[in-house]
Amino acid sequence: MAIATHLGYDDLPELVTALTGDEKHDRSVVSTLDVLWVLYDRVLGRDDRFLLSKGHGPAAYYAVLAAKGLVPVEELAGFGGFDSRLGYHPDRALAPGVEISSGSLGHGLGIAVGVALAGRRTFCLVGDGELDEGSNWEAVQYAGRIGLGRLTVVAVDNHSSTYHWPGGIGARFELEGWSVALADGHDHDALERALTAEHDDRPHVVVAEVLP
Amino acid sequence: MTMRERFYSLAAGALESDPRVAMVLAEIGVAAMPRHPRLYNVGIREQLMIGVAAGLALEGYRPIVHSYTPFVVERPYEQIKLDLGHQDVGAILVSTGASYDASRAGRTHQAPEDVAVLAALPGWTIHAPGHADEVERVFAKALTGDDRVYIRLSEEENHAPVNGDGLVVLREGSDEAPLVVAVGPALGETLAATADLDATVAYLATVRPFPHEALNAALRGTGVVLVEPYLAGTSAAEVSVALADRPHRLLSLGVPNAEFRHYGRPAEHRAAHGLDAAGIRASLERFVGRVPAGRAPVSDTVAKS
Repeated sequence: MAIATHLGYDDLPELVTALTGDEKHDRSVVSTLDVLWVLYDRVLGRDDRFLLSKGHGPAAYYAVLAAKGLVPVEELAGFGGFDSRLGYHPDRALAPGVEISSGSLGHGLGIAVGVALAGRRTFCLVGDGELDEGSNWEAVQYAGRIGLGRLTVVAVDNHSSTYHWPGGIGARFELEGWSVALADGHDHDALERALTAEHDDRPHVVVAEVLP
Repeated sequence: MTMRERFYSLAAGALESDPRVAMVLAEIGVAAMPRHPRLYNVGIREQLMIGVAAGLALEGYRPIVHSYTPFVVERPYEQIKLDLGHQDVGAILVSTGASYDASRAGRTHQAPEDVAVLAALPGWTIHAPGHADEVERVFAKALTGDDRVYIRLSEEENHAPVNGDGLVVLREGSDEAPLVVAVGPALGETLAATADLDATVAYLATVRPFPHEALNAALRGTGVVLVEPYLAGTSAAEVSVALADRPHRLLSLGVPNAEFRHYGRPAEHRAAHGLDAAGIRASLERFVGRVPAGRAPVSDTVAKS
């Protein structure tokens, strides 16, 4: 069951502009906007959890939360201000609808494993650059070996990792026992198919490629 | 039964009796625990150990996390700061090894700075119990809450538990006598060191939050001596806060901030750090002026011999 729609996808650019004050949108915003939209518009149910591990460039996240009525639209303009609940990295104690505070890379996936172990269907968004952090791989290895099927990771790959992932990100998850799907990170139908693909008792990763 | 054995028994009981309790281990302790559906061994992955605990806490569980001191406090320090503290969730972190229980294992297995670094983060209750019965008391209390609690187990143990929370005055000296505060397992040696000295001796097993008012009330003279079984000076700033409006002197005993490249027995480390009865006694005598400044305390002599 998708969360009730408040505003539509076509409203997102305007919401992002309200946040950043700039009509030209930053690369880190553009890379996650479609994935976040598909998650909130088509995939996430009320009992699911979504953990944004890659807390950088959260304008897309806040815009989607605003479109879905979780963040008041009128708060977007205060982005980053002293009394704003919307900072450059999200704080769950401040921002409504935000499940975890993030910003330092490589933390969300470990927390997501704990949330999934607690019985929740859990989605976690990471970036390809973020995967440089070794802490991610502790989580990837463990979730794969124990068959944590309630966990789905979306790895947004905009080729920002300096040393790259030769052979692809998916191959590394596959080696650790994950189910892997690839999707164009801007293709909503492809993303939906990949995110909802059957993956039995294995954790699932969707590598969403977004060309820089 | 050691503190560590008592803890395993208590944790197993808590998993059985309280559906809110979960436990996350990174190999250490697994062999001592009965299997349980909510006991998760993540392998040798301490960052994940804390992250998983945080995720469980976000979903309403009360996670117990346990390992050797450096591997539960230092290796995953940013996870402790962010996954627990910044997410505003709690857990019970239980370390074993204290400062130099692993004296033969060397520096890699020792973390006498554990209390200092955890105390640098907001919201932690920190216990350094001196007896297995005290472990049971603070652990039982921690299970009922949802806050961040650190319990520091030690192979050094006092011969009897001290009943009562907070600062417990065990012996009253004269109005001029120094107030000697022994923390956790440092009590035994402190009592031996002060047996025939004019000193007020108090005991403290819960060092954060620090009992500012109780310290102020217990001090009749001007001299305070902290005997902490971990990094020297860990609670010095707390004493300054407690006594901000009165003149006082402070001596902070504990494990020195130094790369200490010796193996051997814990008792040898204790003596070398001046934390055995003779070392504490020598430092105390110098503090109260019985030994002229400049003369080496016993501990220095021991360390060089």
